[in-house]
Amino acid sequence: MISIQTEDFDLGREQAELRIAAGDAGAIVTFTGLVREVYDQTASEGGSESKNESVVALTLEHYPGMTEKCLQDIADQANARWRLLATRIIHRVGRLQAQDQIVLVATASAHRQDAFDAAQFIMDYLKSNAPFWKKQETPNGSEWVDSRQSDDDAIARWQKSC
Amino acid sequence: MITVHYFASVREALSRDRDEIELTNKIQKVSDLTDLLALQDENFSALVSNENKLLTAVNQTVVGADHPVHDDDEVAYFPPMTGG
Repeated sequence: MISIQTEDFDLGREQAELRIAAGDAGAIVTFTGLVREVYDQTASEGGSESKNESVVALTLEHYPGMTEKCLQDIADQANARWRLLATRIIHRVGRLQAQDQIVLVATASAHRQDAFDAAQFIMDYLKSNAPFWKKQETPNGSEWVDSRQSDDDAIARWQKSC
Repeated sequence: MITVHYFASVREALSRDRDEIELTNKIQKVSDLTDLLALQDENFSALVSNENKLLTAVNQTVVGADHPVHDDDEVAYFPPMTGG
């Protein structure tokens, strides 16, 4: 199941619901992404000079319709590659504060490797292939977050192993 | 008529979130539409010159510059995605 929402989510409740939906699962992997207080710009620019800034808030914009379609496509790809019993994706949008939960990816399978790999695959694709954009507010103003080469590299890893 | 949506930094650079474009036979593919929009708006032209930063979707799927554009299509321009 896929949700795009402004509200926070309850990890415990989501896992309990996934456990019921998954039936005879032997493994559940949950990944929770949080808004970091310190944003390291070096990683996005590939430079050697570090320029860390404290993040006051992060606003997420998305493309309604396409977002749901992309996340469903990513979940379908994961289901085609691994034996999954249930999948849950929640992505928050709107204005979030530092340390807020931003994304949940949960996968259930009979054995742990399928759930681990599928959760990582979904997260890697979600970062660069789903139409979300982050704008961060720092004490010095606000700016759009640049995409990272390391995120593209993360996807390339899965493509190579196809 | 096609609807062109703009998101994130592209929306801010253009100071609007969409355009309605009357399709003529000069617009066959995405690159034709991009050229037309660049001609009409210097802010859009500036975005195009930095082509690695501008992605296009037709009917909610990311496509290349040679992808065809038809009447009633939904086209969108936006920067590289930064979810998660």
